[in-house]
Amino acid sequence: MKKDIILGGVGGQGILSIAAIIGTAAVKAGLYLKQAEVHGMSQRGGDVQSNLRISDQPIASDLIPVGKADMIISVEPMEALRYVPMLAADGWIITNTTPFINIPDYPSKEELLEVIANQPHHIILDADAIAKELGSAKAANVVILGAASPFLGLSYEQIEDAIRITFGRKGDEVVNLNLAALKAGRDEADQQMR
Amino acid sequence: MQKLMLLGDEAIAQGAIDAGMSGIYAYPGTPSTEITEYILQSKDAKEKKIRAGWSTNEKTAVEGALGMSYAGKRAMTCMKHVGLNVAADAFINSSITGVNGGLIVVSADDPSMHSSQNEQDSRFYGNFAMIPILEPSNQQEAYDMVHYGFDLSEKYSIPVMMRITTRLAHSRAGVIRTKSHEQNEVKLPSNPNQFILLPGNARKQYKTLLSNQALFEMEAANSGFNQYIEGTDKKMGIIACGISFNYLMENYADRVVPYPVLRIGQYPVPVDQVRRLYNECDSVLVLEEGYPLIEELLRGMLNNGKTVRGRLDGSLPRDGELSPNLVAKALGHEVAKEVSVPSIVANRPPALCKGCPHIFSYNALNEAMAEVGKGRVFADIGCYTLGFMEPYHAIDTCVDMGASITMAKGAADAGLLPAIAVIGDSTFTHSGMTGLLDAVVDNSPITVFILDNETTGMTGGQDSNGLGKLEAICRGLGVDPEHIRVVSPMPKSHDENVRIIKEEIAYQGVSVIIPRRECIQTAARRHKADAKLKGKEA
Repeated sequence: MKKDIILGGVGGQGILSIAAIIGTAAVKAGLYLKQAEVHGMSQRGGDVQSNLRISDQPIASDLIPVGKADMIISVEPMEALRYVPMLAADGWIITNTTPFINIPDYPSKEELLEVIANQPHHIILDADAIAKELGSAKAANVVILGAASPFLGLSYEQIEDAIRITFGRKGDEVVNLNLAALKAGRDEADQQMR
Repeated sequence: MQKLMLLGDEAIAQGAIDAGMSGIYAYPGTPSTEITEYILQSKDAKEKKIRAGWSTNEKTAVEGALGMSYAGKRAMTCMKHVGLNVAADAFINSSITGVNGGLIVVSADDPSMHSSQNEQDSRFYGNFAMIPILEPSNQQEAYDMVHYGFDLSEKYSIPVMMRITTRLAHSRAGVIRTKSHEQNEVKLPSNPNQFILLPGNARKQYKTLLSNQALFEMEAANSGFNQYIEGTDKKMGIIACGISFNYLMENYADRVVPYPVLRIGQYPVPVDQVRRLYNECDSVLVLEEGYPLIEELLRGMLNNGKTVRGRLDGSLPRDGELSPNLVAKALGHEVAKEVSVPSIVANRPPALCKGCPHIFSYNALNEAMAEVGKGRVFADIGCYTLGFMEPYHAIDTCVDMGASITMAKGAADAGLLPAIAVIGDSTFTHSGMTGLLDAVVDNSPITVFILDNETTGMTGGQDSNGLGKLEAICRGLGVDPEHIRVVSPMPKSHDENVRIIKEEIAYQGVSVIIPRRECIQTAARRHKADAKLKGKEA
């Protein structure tokens, strides 16, 4: 088992929270993990990505080779497309539809979603709306994680456990909210793949 | 022992805690910052009473660490690569004094300049100081090398450099801790002349350093961090330093390279192993993150030996960080043509945060400067360097820490008036104070903005040593108190700020304008923490 994951977003959107949950599940499952993060100047509203690699064999490189990623998980639609060169031919894009607009020349949302829809394998969901419906916009990243959950090489229960560990000290209410967010994202993915 | 998921930086920090370090001294700088942050947040470090904190700059950091070493204790100092330029005086001379307690100098390089103004390779500094260098290839090695490095440092009474690069610093992987080492007791150096670099002493000490070179090389030759891996295909031999070894292995699914490989993690370069590789193979490929240090040595000025490939012959790019794909190409592997980024994707450069106080400082400055003309704003290093970007275009230079004030002074001396300097509060205490004194001594007609957001913003909000002291520092340096103006970088104060800026620009002497408002990032974090605390009390 080996999964190479690109996480994309804008500095401040908290992509590392998704990485942390996957990482917790992977470590608990006894897998090897390497996760390259972006710190420093680009965090100020610029594009940020993380290379997350999990495997049952030791991992050599901290960086994923170009054209070899199994999936792109993005919390922002334009950022999903930025990493298309990293993706393997049979790789998946799992992305949020809510744009983060902090530049004057941000493209039209409709055209963006069309370009994403033209990629071979994709799950596109409005994670912000789904999270709000569940009661907290903060859970949007976990909704996206739920949508990515069929591709991670980890069982759904392992990811649920990781959510319990990650949010445990914030109390049952937060844990349950995030479990619901995970489920909502997973349901959306299942439906789109049907 | 339990496996921790640590950044390379954090692995170094945990290694230092476990290896009996008594103090860490650092100035924040990407990609080194997380080493000290980890120790500041570590309960373990608190229990062990490890001294941890931010120094005013990298030079004071190295000197602080050297002082702790003088007193017999193990110390670490950390900085980004360009920080080592600032610390160079202390760093180079610490190799002449040598150490008492173990001393590790961590320098974190930033090839590809993700957050830096150059990509200088700290290994050259290590060679310049003639000290051993350790270069980990993964997080576990980073941890282990700290233990090893302190032992090596004390064995030869020599500072040891640890050189990392951005990818290792900011990549997370599993690290297994080994048993911990007690801290040293306070103990004076056995030779009372060791730390007095009067020429008579320094000559002796320098001879010792020179004679130790052969021993350092022997240590490198016998080191577990340098490894000669046999290979059957002798058409090529590969030298892989630090993290580039990972990129090499990534290209062989079974992790078996057909060529002989010399993996290097400790310097000086183990010459006997290099000679063996060179003699055994028809050609040599050198993989180094950073400058072509080994490649240049191996190839020589005339390049008339065997074929040596790497960054100098175009097998690898001359600049920028390596990657699995670049190494694949150098190995002659077929690499699929890269798909391009869809054209709809726009660039998203870093930008000042919404509501950032610097925005309002620049808006006022731009308006005040509109009638004066372009090319007169000398800026510095920090978030406010983003004032170069759209829509501000507010600054004209950014060179090194502190250069704003001194360059404005030089330009004013040349007759380019008015000359404006823009510097952050932390950068000001790092390297701006001395330049301000130069300007005061000459009564240079410059206007200095100290953008006081009460933190070290760009690196994530570390405490700023000038907090609450800026006016007093300026007065102490001799700036006329009437020309030290504190303003509020808020939209409602815009007109007043423009007026004050114009007044101070018109003044024919040194004036200092301090726009003061807390960084919105640290303010948000503080409010969150306060709310949490209140929740607990309630």
